[in-house]
Amino acid sequence: MRLTKITGTLAAVALAAALAGCGDDGGGGTDVKVADNPEFEAGSTMATLADAGEITIGVKYDQPGLGFLAPGADAPEGFDVEMGRIVAAALGISDDGITWKQTVSDNREPFLKDGTVDLVVASYSITDDRRTEVGQAGPYYETGQQLLVRTEDADSITTPEDTAGKKVCSVTGSTSLQRMEDEYGASPVPYDTYSECVDQLINGTVDAVTTDGAILLGYAADHPDEIEVVGEPFSTERYGIGFKHGDQAMCDFLKETLQTSFDDGTWAEAFDTTLGESGVDAPSTPTLDDACFTG
Amino acid sequence: MQTFIDNFATIWSGFATTLWLLFFSAILSTVMGTLLASFRVSPIPTLRAVGTSYVNVFRNTPLVLILAMTSGVMPILGLKVDIDVGFRTFTSQFVLATLGLSFYTAAFVCEAVRSGVNSVALGQAEAARAIGMGFTLSLREVVLPQAFRAVIPPLTSTYIALAKNTSVVAIFGVPDAAYYMRKLGNQYASDLWFIFIGIAAGYVLIVMAISLAGNLLERRLVVLR
Repeated sequence: MRLTKITGTLAAVALAAALAGCGDDGGGGTDVKVADNPEFEAGSTMATLADAGEITIGVKYDQPGLGFLAPGADAPEGFDVEMGRIVAAALGISDDGITWKQTVSDNREPFLKDGTVDLVVASYSITDDRRTEVGQAGPYYETGQQLLVRTEDADSITTPEDTAGKKVCSVTGSTSLQRMEDEYGASPVPYDTYSECVDQLINGTVDAVTTDGAILLGYAADHPDEIEVVGEPFSTERYGIGFKHGDQAMCDFLKETLQTSFDDGTWAEAFDTTLGESGVDAPSTPTLDDACFTG
Repeated sequence: MQTFIDNFATIWSGFATTLWLLFFSAILSTVMGTLLASFRVSPIPTLRAVGTSYVNVFRNTPLVLILAMTSGVMPILGLKVDIDVGFRTFTSQFVLATLGLSFYTAAFVCEAVRSGVNSVALGQAEAARAIGMGFTLSLREVVLPQAFRAVIPPLTSTYIALAKNTSVVAIFGVPDAAYYMRKLGNQYASDLWFIFIGIAAGYVLIVMAISLAGNLLERRLVVLR
């Protein structure tokens, strides 16, 4: 019994050390300054979170560069994750207090409404319809949809119009795939993850893969001889941070936090250590919307 | 509600895919399953072993794994044809999903049919033998026709399970009804519950049609003993 206890303690110490080690070189690419006892109006969501010292943030686990959980890793990493850390830091919550929760496109609104997560930073494009259901502060990043094709097709498929009647792959339920079907008449081929789409593209069962350019560039860099990104972006996606609908104080707080990160360079640093790794320079900072809700 | 009405054409195209998938996999799995059942009751040990192994492997493997194998591995082996039949193109993803669903469901059909064969009184097979019929002939002409009557209720359940299982293909490249549920859910977050309920109602209709057909067939074929 005694021995077990000691072994247990040792294991706990070793585990803590291992976790601490991961914290240093893992998810934390950006040097965020955790606010020291920030002041919030009593009763506000921010005060509750800051007092608890804990926050649950929904991110995606399958989008390299944005929100990605590498096999075997403890925490997800990417630009969305960094933005989550920046917001948590402004609440005075360090990395230890953040619980990452995987969200997929379907469950972002339900998770916010039922309180499973406090915030969603999951390549969550701002739309008027979504803003009637949840709050979306931002945009903190603007990107556009592009096409990834096999190198031998790079001359025949260059614009989205060229995909009419062709098989285009993306993630089930994504806005990108929806647009290809509704606006360009492509035949949708839905898969669970982008990497499966890339496999299908390489083995020749689909003609193109589509999603935000930043994600496609990452895959093209992995297979430079076989696939490439063609054409210009043909849509504008504006990523926002999702929270419960109607929480105006949270809206103001997030806008202020985002603006601060734009101004003091942490936003650019977050970009450079994640999406910027593929060689893209940090774009100019987006202009924040005044409102977080519609309706 | 409005979302559902506005997007009816889209939703219908999803259910059309679901129904085609159900149609082809039901036929293929019934043929395969019956063949496997005849293996399992045959007097030849090798065939029995083949039938038993098939059922053990495919009935005990999750459907998602089987579909991951057919949709992920078969294209690498060169199986990737889009079939154009004029009014509709069946994509290679559709063909592979049909195969995956059929491989899986065949194991359940086999067991249902085998239970039916076992329910036919032994005297029937013996009488067939006595008048000089071989195994194949007695199975085809005497035992299976009686067995199929007995297996209509379990087969109906198998097809109902198949109808609902088709929804898994939405993540294996086939834009079926479940895919359109997720597409519309993403597009119209404000109408999420109506979309879920509407699509669920579509599946309920399909399942009700199958069980109705099963009931009719059962009543028509019932033998009063």
